[in-house]
Amino acid sequence: MFTYYLRLAMKSIKRNPILSALMITAIGLGIGASMTTVTVNYLMSANPIPHKSEQLFYVQLDSWSEFEPAREPNEPPDQITWTEATNLMQANQAYRQSAMASTGGVIEPQGQDEKPFMASIRLAFSDFFPMFDVPFLYGSGWPDSSDKNRDYVVVISKATNERVFGGENSIGRTIRIVGENFRVVGVLDDWLLVPRFYDVTTGAFDETEEVFMPFYMKQELELTNGGNTNCWKTPEGEGFTAFLQSECVNYQMWVELRNDNEKAQYMNFLDNYVNEQKSLGRFARPLNNRLSNVMEWMENQEVVADDAQIMMWVSFMFLLVCLLNTIGLLLAKFTGKAAEIGLRRAVGASKTDLFIQHLVETACIGIAGGILGLGLAYLGLEGIKSLYGEFVQNLVGLDVTMMASAILLALVSSILAGMYPTWRACNIAPASQLKS
Amino acid sequence: MSSNQWEIGPIFRALMRNKVGAILIAIQIAVTMTIVVNSIFIILERAQRIERDSGIDEVNSFYLTTTGFGENFDPKSTAFNDLELIRNTPGVLDAIQINAIPVSGSGWSMSFQTEPGEEKETQGGAIYMVDEHAIDALDLEVIAGENFLPIDVRFRQPGVRDWPDNVLITKVLAESLFPDTPYQNVVGKTIYISQTEPMIVKGIVDKIQAPWVGWDDLEHTVLTPEITGFESNRYYVRAQAGQRDAIMPVIEEALASSNKQRIIRGMRTVQETRERSYRGDTAMIKILSTTMVILTIVTGLGIVGLASFSVNRRKKQIGTRRALGASQGSIVRYFMIENFLISTVGVSLGAALTVILNMLLVEMFSLNALDWYFVPAGMIVLWVVGQLAVFGPAKKAATIPPAMATRTV
Repeated sequence: MFTYYLRLAMKSIKRNPILSALMITAIGLGIGASMTTVTVNYLMSANPIPHKSEQLFYVQLDSWSEFEPAREPNEPPDQITWTEATNLMQANQAYRQSAMASTGGVIEPQGQDEKPFMASIRLAFSDFFPMFDVPFLYGSGWPDSSDKNRDYVVVISKATNERVFGGENSIGRTIRIVGENFRVVGVLDDWLLVPRFYDVTTGAFDETEEVFMPFYMKQELELTNGGNTNCWKTPEGEGFTAFLQSECVNYQMWVELRNDNEKAQYMNFLDNYVNEQKSLGRFARPLNNRLSNVMEWMENQEVVADDAQIMMWVSFMFLLVCLLNTIGLLLAKFTGKAAEIGLRRAVGASKTDLFIQHLVETACIGIAGGILGLGLAYLGLEGIKSLYGEFVQNLVGLDVTMMASAILLALVSSILAGMYPTWRACNIAPASQLKS
Repeated sequence: MSSNQWEIGPIFRALMRNKVGAILIAIQIAVTMTIVVNSIFIILERAQRIERDSGIDEVNSFYLTTTGFGENFDPKSTAFNDLELIRNTPGVLDAIQINAIPVSGSGWSMSFQTEPGEEKETQGGAIYMVDEHAIDALDLEVIAGENFLPIDVRFRQPGVRDWPDNVLITKVLAESLFPDTPYQNVVGKTIYISQTEPMIVKGIVDKIQAPWVGWDDLEHTVLTPEITGFESNRYYVRAQAGQRDAIMPVIEEALASSNKQRIIRGMRTVQETRERSYRGDTAMIKILSTTMVILTIVTGLGIVGLASFSVNRRKKQIGTRRALGASQGSIVRYFMIENFLISTVGVSLGAALTVILNMLLVEMFSLNALDWYFVPAGMIVLWVVGQLAVFGPAKKAATIPPAMATRTV
């Protein structure tokens, strides 16, 4: 029976080719626009570390000026000072913890043909690698002791390893960075984080760094400040040490806390720490410490761009118009078939038969529209790539889930759109149609 | 003409017999109008943003960064030698060392105030560290007071926290700091940086934007006279008209070979930087424009489709009317008026939806509120679209011969 309905549907679609094409195009356009924007939003708001995002917490301490909050209405600064970063690390009160900062430096490859190049560097503690499940191709992160001993060790990205060592296993070899010799202890595998949640201060969709080195190298080698530096008070005195000791924030801090109990304990520790600092004349503002898990922090930092959201809502309205269009056209079409329906009813087809038959027809149109929409979504994403340039590369891929949901959305929406026209068509009284 | 001649009554009654089709069209028109009007408003706002003038000679300028490495690298001599080399290259109009590039998105800002101390009213300002060549290199004009003299320009070592004594500020910043004083009289006044450190306003420049295009105080800018001795140095070069592309590789090569203890990176024209900084806005304009046009076409085609159908269904009635003496014109008029009635319902609903959507956008994304005249303008546009769409089917209806009345469909 189903194949018979399918044949009838094909016949009916072919009978009004322009009208059918119009409906398929309308559904295709609506689905295409919606899928394009949904994909961008979906990837922007994706959970970058789903199995652990509830256990990783970003630390904020309100060290700002007593006269104004770091951000209205009463938000603590979104980074911490050197003093807090080193104190919290020394206290070692979480299951895992890493303060971190970004910087940059020149790498001088040993080969004669390779030119020196600028590399992005992340300063972090040894816990960084297990905490964020960083994938390794060779070796591993450095041990705890390297943090304290200020060992000249680095972990390099796969791309850096290819550029400097031709992709060989470079564990134990020497690499010259910022004018110093470092020993390679680990080479990362491809590590794509969308968004790059651990530091979103200069944009959530930056790539992971090319070099990772122990945090205290900042002080040891007087490395430059990457990212944003914000100060509410000028550093007292001159020189690098004065800057490190200032109230300027340029460091991020993540901790891993395995359950609510650990979280409560850590929060308690933070409050005690701040109270202690208050007695030393710092932290003039009321207690306002925060622990945000990964998704809370992404929400707080508004990583999904407003424009992407506006576009998504506009495309949903677009889809609505396209569906209304389809309803109207189907209604017209089925009303036009009144005589035929009347005849079929008169020769014995039940209302249910007719309902199913027309539903098959709308489903066919829906699937065709869905396939067209998928093609258009692909074009739309290519368009977005060319409009926004390379920094959205990671935001514009269609995966199987998205493709399946495109077809499903098209099918469901076209069947919904077909409901009313179909119902109307089946309720035509056969007698009235047979008279004329 | 009385309403009788326009046949509004019969048209309306006929419409009521096929309410659903008419309502569908009306809602489509309403939603289309909502999207179109809000899109046009966003597009115009973004276009205005992009068109703001940065105040510098963008077309002829480019910049690059050099980063030194190794123990033998001397930032100070490098900076002075580089500047001399660049300025003496044929085709260069002037060049400076600068810490940040206008429109580029990254830079250094400080708070300024007119009285020393904590808890005073402050104005934020972007800082450009430059020397006396900045006026020519950036294409600025000193509209009051004087430019820096070479003797004003100091050498800034890394880690230095204090500031030079003399500064140039933009007219807009002068007016924000001293709202009651004409900007000419701000010359010679003292302003304070880091709450307590005084600086004297040596001159006022006409206009130069801060690096952050999304910043509210985009023209709050301060030029401080200093050459910096950091490992990373940025040079901004203004070429003579038409020479930019020719001298870019020349300068890159000359710098690279003059000192091997550094890498040269990020050479880029200011035009490209502007394009990058506003890429999001440009993309939004293109995406919304495309959406808007396609949507209007879809709605238009929907109207055409439904009208054609209703013409086909009413062939017999139309033939009868023609046979009874109705002119072709009155048939066309019938469908045009029918569409006008539907559109009127649509655009009225659309006006309300437009305002609601705008209110939501204001609430959720802090966009600006719509100017009122966008609403009537949108209504007129959608009315015209409806009339244009229905004109084809209406013309076709008018060609139905009166003899049709005698045939069965």
